[in-house]
Amino acid sequence: MQRRRDIFTSGVLVVVPMLPGTVPFGMVAGLTAVDAGLSAAQAMTMSLIIFAGAAQLATLQLIAESAVSAVILLTALTINLRLAMYSASLAPHWQHLGRGWQASLAFLLADPNYAVTIQRYRMNDADWRERGHWYFLGSGITLWLTWQAATAVGVFMAARVPGNWHLDFSIPLVFMALLVPVLANRAHALAALTGGTVATLAAGMPFNLGIVTGTFAGIAVGRFAARRRTGG
Amino acid sequence: MSDTVVWLNILGIGLGSYLLRLSFIALWQRLRIPALVDEGLTYVPAAVLAALVVPALVRPEGVIDLSPDNLRLVAGLLAAAVAWFSRSVLFTLVAGMGALWLLTWLDWGTMP
Repeated sequence: MQRRRDIFTSGVLVVVPMLPGTVPFGMVAGLTAVDAGLSAAQAMTMSLIIFAGAAQLATLQLIAESAVSAVILLTALTINLRLAMYSASLAPHWQHLGRGWQASLAFLLADPNYAVTIQRYRMNDADWRERGHWYFLGSGITLWLTWQAATAVGVFMAARVPGNWHLDFSIPLVFMALLVPVLANRAHALAALTGGTVATLAAGMPFNLGIVTGTFAGIAVGRFAARRRTGG
Repeated sequence: MSDTVVWLNILGIGLGSYLLRLSFIALWQRLRIPALVDEGLTYVPAAVLAALVVPALVRPEGVIDLSPDNLRLVAGLLAAAVAWFSRSVLFTLVAGMGALWLLTWLDWGTMP
């Protein structure tokens, strides 16, 4: 039987190859937070408690545009809706755990550690049914610590960059790098095409609701395209 | 935006995100995702990321500008090609920021 510590360690190691993607992303979160006018404490708190890069960057963009809070909240939580999807997907594997465990593991839930953990659970090893959460814990703690360190480096650098280096442009660039791998098939590509087009046309909408409007239009078109294909 | 409002935004999003994370893990006995919602959720990343990227490139100054004078669009298209082939956040950032700095320099004759 595999020991907990070994499962935890393999969780740490599995995310190491992903860190070169996490580090510049976290640095951008720190840099652009200061660039948008946030204090160092606010920039770090975002990474400490939100711990979701795409939502953080969208929030910064909307803060820079002086959007109203309700729209900032709506946009960020729409981006994070996928976390509820991950939550539902991991939930059946964690029902034997106590409330404390569940509450702690939930705090660490992010894209990369979800992806590696659910893939490992699907292999259906007997050992892992009881102890697979140690794998999630190892990968989650590693990502969380890396995220904090990278944000701190970004915040530190931002205070020392003179002049206007168009740092806000790094926000759409990171989104672009995240977008490419999710264009898995025609329905997802159509969802993206619609989301981008509608958001652009709706960008003049009051209260910066363009992003949310584009998103829901994209979701609707993606679902419709997939249904037509399968005849469902 | 006042300092207090920024703090409230950060704390609100932090709390909301945590509740989304905890939702089904904590309430699995009582709560299931309806199939209709589950199917829709798979399109959130593609739709929302495109909704964030495209306006930032196509209307950086608040009006739609598809001309080569729109430096963010030109630099962004180059970065998109790099993202497509490299699948790397780092290379995409380097290509896009580098292109924007170079184009700005060529345009204005000054680095920032």
